[in-house]
Amino acid sequence: MADQDTIDLVKTIEVDKYKYGFETDIESDYAPKGLNEDIVRFISAKKGEPAWMLEWRLEAYRAWTHMEEPTWAKVHYPKIDFQDLYYYAAPKSMAAPKSLDEIDPKLLETYAKLGIPLKEQEILAGVRKQGEKSTLDDDGNEVTAGRVAIDAVFDSVSVVTTFKAELAKAGVIFCSISEALREHPILVKQYLGSVVPAGDNYYAALNAGVFSDGSFVYVPPGVRCPMELSTYFRMNAKNTGQFERTLIIADKGSYVSYLEGCTAPTREESQLHAAVVELIALDDAEIKYSTVQNWYPGDAEGKGGVYNFVTKRGDCRGARSKISWTQVETGSAITWKYPSCILRGESSRGEFYSIAISNGRQQVDSGTKMIHLGKNSSSRIVSKGIAAGRSDNTYRGLVSAHRKALNARNFTQCDSLLIGDQCGAHTVPYIEAKTSTAIFEHEATTSKISDDQMFYCMSRGLSQEEAVALFVNGFVRDVLQQLPMEFMAETQKLIGISLEGSVG
Amino acid sequence: MLKIENLHVKLEDENREILKGLSLSVKPGEVHAIMGPNGSGKSTLSYVLAGRDGYEVTEGEAMFNGEDLLAMDPNTRAAKGVFLAFQYPIEIPGVATMQFLKVALNAQRKARGEKELSIPEFMRFVKDRAAKLNISQDMLKRPVNVGFSGGEKKRAEVLQMAVLEPSLCILDETDSGLDIDALKVVADGVNALRSPVRAMIVITHYQRLLDYIVPDFVHVLSAGKIVKSGGKELAHELEKNGYADYAEKVA
Repeated sequence: MADQDTIDLVKTIEVDKYKYGFETDIESDYAPKGLNEDIVRFISAKKGEPAWMLEWRLEAYRAWTHMEEPTWAKVHYPKIDFQDLYYYAAPKSMAAPKSLDEIDPKLLETYAKLGIPLKEQEILAGVRKQGEKSTLDDDGNEVTAGRVAIDAVFDSVSVVTTFKAELAKAGVIFCSISEALREHPILVKQYLGSVVPAGDNYYAALNAGVFSDGSFVYVPPGVRCPMELSTYFRMNAKNTGQFERTLIIADKGSYVSYLEGCTAPTREESQLHAAVVELIALDDAEIKYSTVQNWYPGDAEGKGGVYNFVTKRGDCRGARSKISWTQVETGSAITWKYPSCILRGESSRGEFYSIAISNGRQQVDSGTKMIHLGKNSSSRIVSKGIAAGRSDNTYRGLVSAHRKALNARNFTQCDSLLIGDQCGAHTVPYIEAKTSTAIFEHEATTSKISDDQMFYCMSRGLSQEEAVALFVNGFVRDVLQQLPMEFMAETQKLIGISLEGSVG
Repeated sequence: MLKIENLHVKLEDENREILKGLSLSVKPGEVHAIMGPNGSGKSTLSYVLAGRDGYEVTEGEAMFNGEDLLAMDPNTRAAKGVFLAFQYPIEIPGVATMQFLKVALNAQRKARGEKELSIPEFMRFVKDRAAKLNISQDMLKRPVNVGFSGGEKKRAEVLQMAVLEPSLCILDETDSGLDIDALKVVADGVNALRSPVRAMIVITHYQRLLDYIVPDFVHVLSAGKIVKSGGKELAHELEKNGYADYAEKVA
């Protein structure tokens, strides 16, 4: 389409089509507003944590008070008043952990509305269609979704974890981190903070001090986790920060695939989300971690939306271990996120596949770090950034090889697609090799949808928006294929929704 | 079905008139061939009918089943039954041909208020039509037109036509770049779509294609106007004498 049309259409952009923006009216228990040591103690006490855990939190909190908010990312936002937030909110009906049958129907309803079935019997009976869904994959093959175990986190607490019994049979522990602290304190103590130390960075330190819930996974040696594991985060309470902490340990020779999904209500005020995810893969273990992040992005003028400051790091601790991050970032007003791999083990492998879509006034600064320490370690980065509207989309990545990382190997591909002429795409790759045996490759492209391509699609009956969505789905295909089957179709749809009103 | 009346079209960017008062009337079931020398406005006609940007209609009209075709967006025209088989089909990286067909068909069905086809229904429907055009499963999985040979591209265009089932097919130089075997396959595909309710406009430079897709009417387009119309024998005449006669008439 002619450039002027594009410009006009982009001006009339409407990104307020966020369909997960509803609010659940539920009574919540709050910690007093603001942040101090008493709040940290309050949260720890609410969770019934052991003394060492409280000490760990307090140390992190104290470190945080001496730290400065980082400003190096290409994102701009008003200063966050950390004393003007609630750090703990839990539905009152969740005072005690309950079985599936006792959950507040309002919560079940919330998740049902989000398309997340929590009732196992219904999942099994196919009432909620899971396991029956049939769709076309990218290659035009028919795909049917399988079963997924879900840990549902609502504001500061885990509501329920499904399929626990079945997983336990395989020896897999999948529960909320609060529960893990009570039931498996030794495991938690051994690994918590071992990848992302309490004082790692500003937001990680804040998280360590006040995190309220999240998921815990332990897969014993040699076990292939029998189903996909998934955590679904929902932010509901007003003026409340969400700080979740996820810890996944894949013991020797085990395998687990994990998916995280997130949504939040539409609000005029911005919401703070600062999560920490730690992955540990021992010898020959593999962790596949996928994220579909769809926090509320704010309205067309940039009002409201989630500030997403997340630290995700995986440690390929064992030889031949493998960690693969796949992320689809469509939401949030601000995204500050660099899922990374420390390739410590010999012949370990790290992968990072990313789709980051920004529209309206969204700002994304995301990428990865591949830190090669072990011999013959290898990594692969495929990043697809799509910028529309008046958004800014930055890929920031580091690939480094320690002098002992002989024959370290990296391949990086960063592609950007621009839709309209008021958005920006930036690529900031850092490469450091301290051994001459390292081989690092970096490829980057920037493209636009051509008028010919647009006309071709429209002459086949597609509207401009449908054509953009189709084109973008093609653009991100390599990454989409890395997602678990169950989520591929959902993601394709999500891409379409995220780009509504973007028209190229 | 299609009634073009005194159509004048110029390029938006240059102040140059390409079509200078073209009139054409097409009824259901008819196959019209439009022949003419290079630069006579053949491709412009197909693009204007399909709704490509960059052309300005300064005079005249084109009515499709009683509606003003030129006022519609390209996708609306498609949903109403207009299909253009491109001379140079466009590549869409990363989008499997099967996926493209599905999205296009469903977009049209949606626009017409029809139900979307279920996946198994759709798969059967496409596989059946693909087989008739010698299109393999493998080709359906490849991204739209990416790395396709000339023949594959044209067969894929005809497959799209067969799947979308338009009522007016416009074939723009569908024979260009095809060897004789490929031409036969494509022509067979097109002929299979001939029906009393479907009309076709076959735009070509050479008479060769018309041996396989036999038209009911042949029109000679020269310097933006139809200068002669006749039956299929007109094509043979052109083959023998070339376009020279008609070029002179206009000059």
